[in-house]
Amino acid sequence: MASTDVIGAAQAQKKQGKGMSSKKKSRGPWLERYSALILAVVLLGAWQVLVPWSGLSEFVLPTPLAIAKRIVNELPLLASHAYVTLFEVVAGFAMGVLVGIPLALAIFYSRAFERAIYPILVALQTVPKVALAPLLVLYLGYGWAPKITLAFLISFFPIVISTVVGLQSLDKNLVNLVRSMGASEWQTFFKVRLPAALPNIFGGFKVAVSLAVIGAVIGEYVAAERGLGYLQLQANSLFDTTLNFATVVTISGLGVMLYFIIDTIEARVTYKRDAAK
Amino acid sequence: MSATTQMGAAVDISRLSKIYKTREDDDVLALDKIDLKIEPGSFVAVVGPSGCGKSTLLSLLAGLTPASTGSIAIDGDGVSKPHPKTGVVFQSDLLLYWRSVLDNILLPIEIKRLDVAKYRPRAEELLAQVGLEGFGNKFPSELSGGMRQRVAICRALIQEPGLLLMDEPFGALDALTREQMIMDLQSMWLRLRNTVLFITHGIDEAVFLADRVLVMSPRPGRVDLDLKIDLPRPRQWSKTHEDKDYHGYVRQIRAIFEAKGILVAH
Ligand SMILES: Nc1ncnc2c1ncn2[C@@H]1O[C@H](COP(=O)(O)OP(=O)(O)O)[C@@H](O)[C@H]1O
Ligand SMILES: [Mg+2]
Repeated sequence: MASTDVIGAAQAQKKQGKGMSSKKKSRGPWLERYSALILAVVLLGAWQVLVPWSGLSEFVLPTPLAIAKRIVNELPLLASHAYVTLFEVVAGFAMGVLVGIPLALAIFYSRAFERAIYPILVALQTVPKVALAPLLVLYLGYGWAPKITLAFLISFFPIVISTVVGLQSLDKNLVNLVRSMGASEWQTFFKVRLPAALPNIFGGFKVAVSLAVIGAVIGEYVAAERGLGYLQLQANSLFDTTLNFATVVTISGLGVMLYFIIDTIEARVTYKRDAAK
Repeated sequence: MSATTQMGAAVDISRLSKIYKTREDDDVLALDKIDLKIEPGSFVAVVGPSGCGKSTLLSLLAGLTPASTGSIAIDGDGVSKPHPKTGVVFQSDLLLYWRSVLDNILLPIEIKRLDVAKYRPRAEELLAQVGLEGFGNKFPSELSGGMRQRVAICRALIQEPGLLLMDEPFGALDALTREQMIMDLQSMWLRLRNTVLFITHGIDEAVFLADRVLVMSPRPGRVDLDLKIDLPRPRQWSKTHEDKDYHGYVRQIRAIFEAKGILVAH
């Protein structure tokens, strides 16, 4: 009884929602779709206008247009450093996946392993990874190795946790269902456990990849000869605030790009529960 | 239509008990030495109040839970793991939301490593029989509760189960949908004539559908009454519900529950 009532209510709500949006058809959906863009433009516009008006020099705060112009002019330079950082991030994140997923599976399938490893994992997680950067440089030198290691260390924890949670939150009745059809544990995993856990796993990937960018850049701050973190320090020492901002924008761009790549892969391999049509 | 004249499976349960071990030593005796023979091709309903062991009985028959003592045989094979001749419909539809309706129905075929392409037309035929023609490419989130449970039934039927186990399959549906589902289940069964074990807490739907109603009482789970239902088929909703014999059966079952204090007479 309850279930159809709920469905009915949800449908009614949906219709109501539709009705409301069609009432103010002229503004509603348009404003909704572009609200983020409009807000960004308004904020950037205010920044653009307020900087000259307040008399701040461009050494302190360059205008958005100046930063944009600089990005365009320095594209080859930015790209050559971004390339290095991108490699470190992707390598560190990939290691996080390659170590994190098997670890999560071991935790999920073995009670004893879970008991043994969980306290260690949590203890490790309380260590601020960033504080390890100088040590990693000491051990691994000035090349890409300490950056990749830092990106890996910082990204693998959310991958492990989200995968374990995704696997554990499965409705036990679904397991009974496929077992009643004669499924082996292998089949149960690939037909039910994994697909059901994918939204969680991808959520972990998205957090992890953003953290991996932080890990790589921090690694570059400590000691590097290339990479966006290194470029930013250089700009700093030259009091080139505009280039400094241009680097920040590039770093964010890197993070956003990786996020959307994962989001696109997720959309291809999963079906969203509520995405009717 | 398709003349899949599959014989129903025979079920032979003897001295079957199930004790759930709990941590605090107060073990639950969910089933107490049940003896039961089910004729191939018969429709058996099990009624009883919540907690009397109905789902436990189904789970043991499905080979999902091991028995504590006693034995179950399906067509003579001892059940210790899921038997290939059984299909199960649970109370909730348990459709996989990331699969289309058709792919949900074909799941058992995939799991049994049969030729999925060969079963596709059969899956579509089953869908049409439950009034969902053309819904194969929809996703579960696009269906109502009743439609979803129909798909779950199709998924159980594609395995051509000699024994169909149903655990309160209509419990979550509204009265009108439930009525339609009861009628559809009867016509499906009249076509297939497989063995059905239908678990419910609704006395009326048990009597309406079954050849035989087993009334269970709680703690320990036992069969208190084994009632043969002699009503002509196909049973029609209004006609059968007005039948004098129908009401006699319902009264007989209610009397048991009243005697046990599960229902208060009024
Ligand atoms: N996994 C379990 N562990 C312990 N006790 C259980 C378990 N499953 C069921 N029980 C107990 O066994 C009894 C019968 O349960 P169940 O078969 O689900 O009843 P029904 O389906 O008739 O409502 C209940 O008392 C229930 O609490
Ligand atoms: Mg139950």
